[in-house]
Amino acid sequence: MGPVSLIALFIAAVLFSAGGILVGKILVKGSRNPQKGQAYECGIPTTTSPWHQFNVGYYLFALLFLIFDVELVFLYPWAVVVKQLGMVAFFEILVFIFILFMGFLYAHKKGALTWS
Amino acid sequence: MFSLAHITQIIHDWLYSSFDPTLALIIECAIVILVAIGIFAVLGLVLVLMERKVAAHIQIRLGPNRVGPGGMFQTVADTLKLIMKEGLTPDLADKFLFNLAPFLVMIVAMLLLAPIAFAKGVQIWDINIGVLYISAVSSLSVIGILMAGWASNNKYSLLGAMRSGAQIVSYELSAGFSILTIVVLTGSLRLSDIIASQENGWWIFKGHIPVIIAFILFIIAATAETNRAPFDLAEAESELTAGFHTEYSGMRFALFFLAEYINIFIVCAIGATLFLGGWMPLHIGGWEGFNHLMDYIPSSFWFIGKTFFLIFLIMWFRWTFPRLRVDQLLNLEWKYLLPISLINLLLVTVIAIMGWYF
Repeated sequence: MGPVSLIALFIAAVLFSAGGILVGKILVKGSRNPQKGQAYECGIPTTTSPWHQFNVGYYLFALLFLIFDVELVFLYPWAVVVKQLGMVAFFEILVFIFILFMGFLYAHKKGALTWS
Repeated sequence: MFSLAHITQIIHDWLYSSFDPTLALIIECAIVILVAIGIFAVLGLVLVLMERKVAAHIQIRLGPNRVGPGGMFQTVADTLKLIMKEGLTPDLADKFLFNLAPFLVMIVAMLLLAPIAFAKGVQIWDINIGVLYISAVSSLSVIGILMAGWASNNKYSLLGAMRSGAQIVSYELSAGFSILTIVVLTGSLRLSDIIASQENGWWIFKGHIPVIIAFILFIIAATAETNRAPFDLAEAESELTAGFHTEYSGMRFALFFLAEYINIFIVCAIGATLFLGGWMPLHIGGWEGFNHLMDYIPSSFWFIGKTFFLIFLIMWFRWTFPRLRVDQLLNLEWKYLLPISLINLLLVTVIAIMGWYF
């Protein structure tokens, strides 16, 4: 099958999830009380909203990931043709990876890879 | 010979000969929808039971053994229970995103079924950029997890989602590099080409030590990407009370749970396809008689056997290794696995160009 199969699979996923949730909604008679709508914090009453600052470390790793993921995407077309192009393609990618690896070492030296 | 590929071909031909093309296409879509939902339901039931049985076996317990023979229908009973539970939404949650997240996770898991070759000729869509498609779509699942964690308005959920995001994003790199080694060796992104290239032996045997290293890297990355122990600190039950799906209950929770197990299956199926030959029987170049004998075992058995072997391996890890801390987890990826996989990729490239593989 062609690209239509992706639409079919999409519909299948939506049907499956919506069906499951709908059946649950029909079968269940819910009850209501003010305690029920609170966020779960192991029993104690909820204090302060969680929607504020969080550790910047996650952000650093996301940035580093972006660099290497773009490199990875760049490597895909190279990987398909490297066997036909031979050693030339290998040395060119060696230069490319070397430059990126220097950047990686710089990030390492600066301590971006150490969790604090 | 009577095989699955034969059956799908007969259905295809019959549909196109007896209806006009548009109607035939719609009927085929309907069949795909039914089969995909069927695969999801069956896999969910089997994998959850398998997880509990493997865990029980390793801990010298019996595991579920009350419902049905040997506890076979335990998961069915659990699903029924989950359907009967009320689906709560916290008052302060972002209602729209909170309800959207399980759908997104399910859609990603479902879309990943498209390029997987279940048996010889049984593939929903043989995409010519199959491997790229898999790595592109599988990276979308992190959005669903972040969405769920953020929208719940719960501290544990947000922490779990952030951890999970950092972890999935990091380990995607080494998974990508180890997939690339096979692409370099075969020179094609199409999954059927990759399987066909393993006709005289699987890559893990043909490619010497670098491919074995790539396989090990892939298994580690797969374990981390599916949030399994020892990398399960995103949903560490004992510290985060389940992480990003703390606030979910009833069927919405069941959807997250199911998507997680489906993701394990898909990752293992991809690993089996790339490194262990997918549905290709165990062939050894030159041994005609042996190869012929192996062909008698149906290709779907080979695929399911290899995939479930890898799934068993990942379940085994859970009861063997202790959980890592966040800093250890990120150290392992960025300081060890990433450089190793980069150098390994270059090594494999040299092997591929010089033709030093079997």
